[in-house]
Amino acid sequence: MSQSLSETPAVVVNAPAPANGERKGLTKKEIAADHPTWCPGCGDFSVLALYFKLIEKRKLHHEKITTVAGIGCSSRFPYFVQAHGAHYIHGRALPFASGISLSRPDLHVFVFGGDGDAFSIGGNHFTHTARKNIKLTYCVMDNWVYGLTKKQTSPTSPLGFKSKTDQWGAVDYPINPLKQAIAAGATFVARTTHTNPNHVLQMMEAAMDHDGFSFIECLSECVEFYEGAFDASNPRKGGVFNAVPPDHDVTDELAAYKLAGAEFPGYFGLFYQTTKPTKNAREAEIVKSLSSKVTGLKDWQILQKNFDRMK
Amino acid sequence: MNNTIAGAPSSGGAKNVSRINEVVIRIAGNSQDGIQAIGGFLARLAGRSEQEVMTFMTIPATISGGPSIFQVRIGTGEVLSSGDDADVLLAFYQHSYEGHIGSLKKGGIVMFDSDHVQPNPEWQDKYHHVPIPISSLTVEAIGGTAKDKGKNIYALGLIAKMFDLNVAKLEKLVGERFTGKDPSILNNAMAAFHAGYSHSLGSLLETFKFVDSQKKDGHQVVMNGNEAIGYGLIAAGVRFGAGYPITPWSDIMELLRRELPKYGGSFIQCEDEIASISMAIGASYAGRVAVTGSSGPGISLKTEALGWAIMAEMPLVIIDVQRGGPSTGMPTNIEQSDLNIAVNGGHGDSPRVVIAPANVEDCFYLAIEAVNIARQYSVPVILLTDQGIATRIEAFVEPNLEKVCQNIGPDFQPVADHKPYDLAAPNGVTPHVPPGTPILSGKYPIVTGLEHDEMGHPTGSPQLHVKMTAKRRKKLQALGATLPVPKIYGPPEGNVLLVGWGSTEGPIREAVDRSRAAGDSVSSLHLRHINPLPNGLENIFAGFNHVLVVEMNDEGLYGFGQLGAVLRARYCDPKIRGLNKTDGLTWKVREILERAQTNITASLGKL
Repeated sequence: MSQSLSETPAVVVNAPAPANGERKGLTKKEIAADHPTWCPGCGDFSVLALYFKLIEKRKLHHEKITTVAGIGCSSRFPYFVQAHGAHYIHGRALPFASGISLSRPDLHVFVFGGDGDAFSIGGNHFTHTARKNIKLTYCVMDNWVYGLTKKQTSPTSPLGFKSKTDQWGAVDYPINPLKQAIAAGATFVARTTHTNPNHVLQMMEAAMDHDGFSFIECLSECVEFYEGAFDASNPRKGGVFNAVPPDHDVTDELAAYKLAGAEFPGYFGLFYQTTKPTKNAREAEIVKSLSSKVTGLKDWQILQKNFDRMK
Repeated sequence: MNNTIAGAPSSGGAKNVSRINEVVIRIAGNSQDGIQAIGGFLARLAGRSEQEVMTFMTIPATISGGPSIFQVRIGTGEVLSSGDDADVLLAFYQHSYEGHIGSLKKGGIVMFDSDHVQPNPEWQDKYHHVPIPISSLTVEAIGGTAKDKGKNIYALGLIAKMFDLNVAKLEKLVGERFTGKDPSILNNAMAAFHAGYSHSLGSLLETFKFVDSQKKDGHQVVMNGNEAIGYGLIAAGVRFGAGYPITPWSDIMELLRRELPKYGGSFIQCEDEIASISMAIGASYAGRVAVTGSSGPGISLKTEALGWAIMAEMPLVIIDVQRGGPSTGMPTNIEQSDLNIAVNGGHGDSPRVVIAPANVEDCFYLAIEAVNIARQYSVPVILLTDQGIATRIEAFVEPNLEKVCQNIGPDFQPVADHKPYDLAAPNGVTPHVPPGTPILSGKYPIVTGLEHDEMGHPTGSPQLHVKMTAKRRKKLQALGATLPVPKIYGPPEGNVLLVGWGSTEGPIREAVDRSRAAGDSVSSLHLRHINPLPNGLENIFAGFNHVLVVEMNDEGLYGFGQLGAVLRARYCDPKIRGLNKTDGLTWKVREILERAQTNITASLGKL
């Protein structure tokens, strides 16, 4: 059998040989690609910087990661990372990334996107990727507005937000991303904000280590079209950064849901985490079970058995 | 049948045995009666007897049954279509009798379940009626609890007797079908079969025997087009697919879901059509050509992602099992109306490859070709098949699987440098280098749907858009230059050339045979590569006075079907005209001939 779900491709042995024992981690210079095209002051800069830090700190190599995004300001992410990456279509980054994750257990797949991409046009995929518990990390940089198309109402825009599509203020109730994730069956649900870099890195590390679908809502301010949206969560702007209470039980779904309903600025940290078999593991089990019945046969011999029955 | 069946009244006594070359049997009943099973047994028996076989079936679009037919044509010589008219009709109900007697040849045999059918006296002279109380005799054979179950197998026994079929082979087939089930089911089936076989066949004056097959080209396998595509993809080395259920594509996804894990692969059922093409593209990006597929509406939904795969130059195979459209249309009927969306569907200039299998065997080999073109040219390939070919059973020479099966797994060997969109690449063809591959220059590729530079980074440069658009086009032109010119069926010059594509190859060839036998000058050409077209077709067209494009789609606003319009645009040749129909049924040979005649007469009138 060649590359399969149950085996890790022989990529590790093909990587450049370490000169003296362990390979060195990448430097920031080796990870950074194009200079980001975001507006000065955009919250997305800090998320990118912390992704670089994650790669440095965890000694992730170029051939071990893939960065995927859909469409939106934040979805420009892959261009700024010096690694294999894909800039896919609007709203569909998750199924694309699932295709990578399900066929390549050797890669860690990071998906970045915005609130419109995740919860509006891609809402269906968010639900189903979560319920299937496909192993990948999804970081949604939530700015409560459509930035790339210059200030239209987003699915997370609060009621009353004045945009070009709601000149008199938004009238549709916003989505609560955390509740959405918990209800859909996500196994890792966290919230952070770009103004607290250490906390972002901490959440990214925990998400990466989680065996399953890990979702981070990261508040990321759009200084151009929704300036000051998150000031109430930023101590430097007179707000408060409330960590998830230490006595919160992250395995308690109901408690997590309740916590997620707190009024803005709400809480930051890990809301919910549970362990259940991933889609990746389930599929690998099916492979193991079915391929055990044809052990020792070459691919053409397995197919021959089918053809023999059709004579 | 090539000899006439005696329609004389019953006189009892010994029956004559007539030698026949071929027969068309139409079985009409309800879909839950297992009539597809009878047809399947007959088709597989023909395959095992080195005979040619072709079937045609209709299935109701409703959930729990409804009228359904299965037509099987078995022949010792070449069988090109499922047959215009039936020699034998087996009718289970009044509606099957009344609805399908018109499909019988004059003097044909109608065998019917006299427990359910009241024959019409007006038809008694026209067709030879053979009443048999199939329902009650089945109950008698296998016990009182078996009402409505097993009568299909009883009928199979009747047919076996009528055509002196090989009982040992049929028993084996029935046995294989019920293996692993409760032994009483197999016992009942065998009892029903033998009861049918030993029936006296009432008023039938003669029985029939096929002349021996002269075919000596090795073992045959028997399957339908959807199965042939599924197994072709596996042989091609595809190990990942994603899809969403829709008729008639679902059979392929069910087959791949069941089979791929044996080979270490997987087929994922997704939340929708867009997710399924996206997941397949993601898997292709990850290193091994993946497959998605659908029918009609699902293909429409996939087109944005298809455009991305074209822009990002990602290999991918998309199966489109066409059905009647637009919208939900006629889900269980045949139509070839997706050629336009396959060739042009989507926004922007988006060249992609479209190929269409001509028969069931071709489904197997074109599935492999689709994978190889996708890999070689880093482009999505649409395999355009249809409801007719999907459910049609044919026998074909068993492929040499050891030779045919290929391994297309990526090697992840480090590369010195890689430009995913290298403009200096010959013919614009750049290979895909998947994630996991170390790139020693430290410069990593981004694949993208934005217009890009050679490394995949976004650009607004007008020159780059011009060059990249040309790159995506040039590789298809390069592919076109490698395609073999299709062979003409019949002489290379003459009066009429019938041009077809997809599942219509058989009836078109039979139309050629029939009209040539009648002294007319007719040839045919079948296109398997639709986009790009092979070069040199203009030289073929030059040899004929009339080029008629036979398609199962509408004649369009300007009088040309979908392929017809492509050929018109490509060759600007006014002698290219269309023969189109939209009744959701396969072409009958007679229809093609009549329509061709009318078309030519009309065109001559205009001269």
